Amino acid sequence: MSDVVSRLDVLKTYKLYVGGKFPRSESGRVYEVTDSNGEWLANAPLGTRKDTRDAVLAARAAVKGWAGTTAYNRGQVLYRVAEMLQGRREQFAVEVSLSEGIGPKKAAALVDAAIDRWVWYAGWTDKVAQIAGGANPVAGPYFNLSTPEPTGVVGIVAPQAGYGHSLLGLVSVIAPAIATGNTVVVAAAADAPLPALSLGEVLATSDVPGGVVNIISGRTEDIAPTLASHQDVNALDLTGAIAADGPGAAPALEAAAADTLKRVVRPELDPFAQDWTNVPGTDRLLSFLETKTVWHPMGI
Amino acid sequence: MAKKKNIEEPVRKAGLFEYAPAPESPAAAGDIATSYGHFIGGEFVDSSGSEALKTVNPATEQVLAEFAQGTDEDVDRAVAAARKAFADWSSLPGSERAKYLFRIARIIQERSRELAVLESMDNGKPIRETRDFDIPTVAAWFFYYAGWADKLDYAGFGANPRPLGVAGQVIPWNFPLMMLAWKIAPALATGNTVVLKPAETTPLTALRFAEICRQAGLPKGVVNIVTGDGRTGAALTAHPDVNKVAFTGSTPVGRAIARQLAGSRKKLSLELGGKAANIVFDDAPIDQAVEGIVNGIFFNQGHVCCAGSRLLVQESVQDEVLDALKRRMATLRVGDPLDKNTDIGAINSAAQLARITELTEAGEAEGAERWSPECELPGTGFWFKPTLFTGVSQAHRIAQEEIFGPVLSVLTFRTPDEAVAKANNTPYGLSAGIWTEKGSRILWMANRLKAGVVWANTFNKFDPTSPFGGYKESGYGREGGRHGLEAYLDV
Repeated sequence: MSDVVSRLDVLKTYKLYVGGKFPRSESGRVYEVTDSNGEWLANAPLGTRKDTRDAVLAARAAVKGWAGTTAYNRGQVLYRVAEMLQGRREQFAVEVSLSEGIGPKKAAALVDAAIDRWVWYAGWTDKVAQIAGGANPVAGPYFNLSTPEPTGVVGIVAPQAGYGHSLLGLVSVIAPAIATGNTVVVAAAADAPLPALSLGEVLATSDVPGGVVNIISGRTEDIAPTLASHQDVNALDLTGAIAADGPGAAPALEAAAADTLKRVVRPELDPFAQDWTNVPGTDRLLSFLETKTVWHPMGI
Repeated sequence: MAKKKNIEEPVRKAGLFEYAPAPESPAAAGDIATSYGHFIGGEFVDSSGSEALKTVNPATEQVLAEFAQGTDEDVDRAVAAARKAFADWSSLPGSERAKYLFRIARIIQERSRELAVLESMDNGKPIRETRDFDIPTVAAWFFYYAGWADKLDYAGFGANPRPLGVAGQVIPWNFPLMMLAWKIAPALATGNTVVLKPAETTPLTALRFAEICRQAGLPKGVVNIVTGDGRTGAALTAHPDVNKVAFTGSTPVGRAIARQLAGSRKKLSLELGGKAANIVFDDAPIDQAVEGIVNGIFFNQGHVCCAGSRLLVQESVQDEVLDALKRRMATLRVGDPLDKNTDIGAINSAAQLARITELTEAGEAEGAERWSPECELPGTGFWFKPTLFTGVSQAHRIAQEEIFGPVLSVLTFRTPDEAVAKANNTPYGLSAGIWTEKGSRILWMANRLKAGVVWANTFNKFDPTSPFGGYKESGYGREGGRHGLEAYLDV
């Protein structure tokens, strides 16, 4: 054999995704992400409470533009995410495989399912108003129409464990929230953040306006309570929070959310048992919508 | 199109064109017992405790009846009765459940005069409103949801949606029987059983409704009424065997309930406070707008969560609107709620009167200008003159806090953008009004207002087919319409 030195891989520096940009954590700190055997995979930014607040600001700033976009256009943007994700299918399969400790075939199937999920929600954007709204036949010389509208900024605790949680689970909680015009701040799976941080790169190149999706990696017990108590967060998705008691667990977060009367999606009794490969249904799509009813008299 | 005429309305002077009194007889309210227990398991029962509260007629300060302060044990018994009834009630074919609700609706119509007079006496609201609005709406709500009971598969929540179980419901005093109907009708239609706690100042029509349930032959335990104050309500919402909590009332109490239920699996819906903007543009039909402003804030003494309590008037028509509004306010009749001519009845309680008084004094102290028409108030009872504040800024308490009384704060704006910004500048988001002849502007505004109900060129309209509920801190969930079913189904 020759004495040629084998090529050294270029390691990836993973970064947060906030406001369409890729900042390092303001803390300047990182934490070790390992595979299921405890082998070092990468350093992920240790997102802080300040990073979370910055992300909420970015999400709030993006609401007006994103909620004001036509449903047709939002559908196009979501479909574009699927296109971009498809192009990086192999990279994500590796990250999911390493993150979740599953074989490459299963990981690739999960990535495919995640791509398909974007497509599924892309098709919902311009239909949800028709199934969730409508004309009400009032008794009197009036007409009124009920239409769904986005709630605003949604704080999401992404699925933290369970089969397919790191990408398919993540996409399954982000896509329905933004399909209806909300913007989101997501606490990524603390132990498996790499697919989430890479998803930020996909979103950044997918015509999704900056700030619509913000992804923070780090300790869930720092990020989630910040989202729960933040005055400028309108809804809280606790899918990845633990249903049982404990600091940073769902009951405490829900209690903190009560102060600002946030809309709360509670975790399943056993959030780790959730099967993300199931057809999603419309529940998540409808969870972050308000119904507005507009009345007008009829007459000549 | 007919040419617009500007006819100067004659100002009605007191004494000129007076109406003769047209009082309803209190006897029409039927027999009011001296004391009431709870309605549990289809029977009127005594409380396990000895504490009793009194409900007074706020127009006369006379005690109407005593009623029980529900204890934890009473709540336990009521929830147990509802739980026992749930199995049979929820497995009854929807078409049969529907028939019970249709029966209730019909009996309410038959007994509407009795209910209207009783409601007026217990609450202080004018008979004109209980007779023409509250009770007909109550009947309509039962009719509407009766028809859903056997059609739930078609409601858009998937096939065979299931009820939740026992619903604990806590309602306010401003529309005692109507709030009961909003809560009980959809709960029963979807197959739940209920324990309802009426407000401590207005329990009488809920107890009369219990009699109606008996007349309708409703199975025992399907509807249970437990009376008492906030302690009873807290015991009910905290009860471990309640599957669903529905609350209508103030935002602070709603917040406390949300906190209390955190981590439980109970489904929660909240209808809370509001501080609605009623926005009048310079091209609005002024006479209609003035009627809408008056209806928006003085309907039900302003004890309305969706009341149009902030008038946002475009600067160019401010004087014209305010002059017309003051002229109109001068014709409002404040007094005996049982007089059919009365527009504004009594404030529901001494405590509420004190709260309104405190906030209006804060309005003056902060520099807003106060105006009320000349009017004589009765010597006994709790009364407050229809009141208008001008020169109100967004930071004033009277522009931010819910007053829940006949008090209107007037602010101005120049551009539609400014109107939107000011309208949305409260933590609440229940309702809003828009007055303009320009359709495109209505739709533009309606899109931007953060409110669950937007009335354009009208105000305070309700219908059982239409969802009602708030954005932001006005609560979550919707009541009414197909959307109202969701709160009582496992979806």
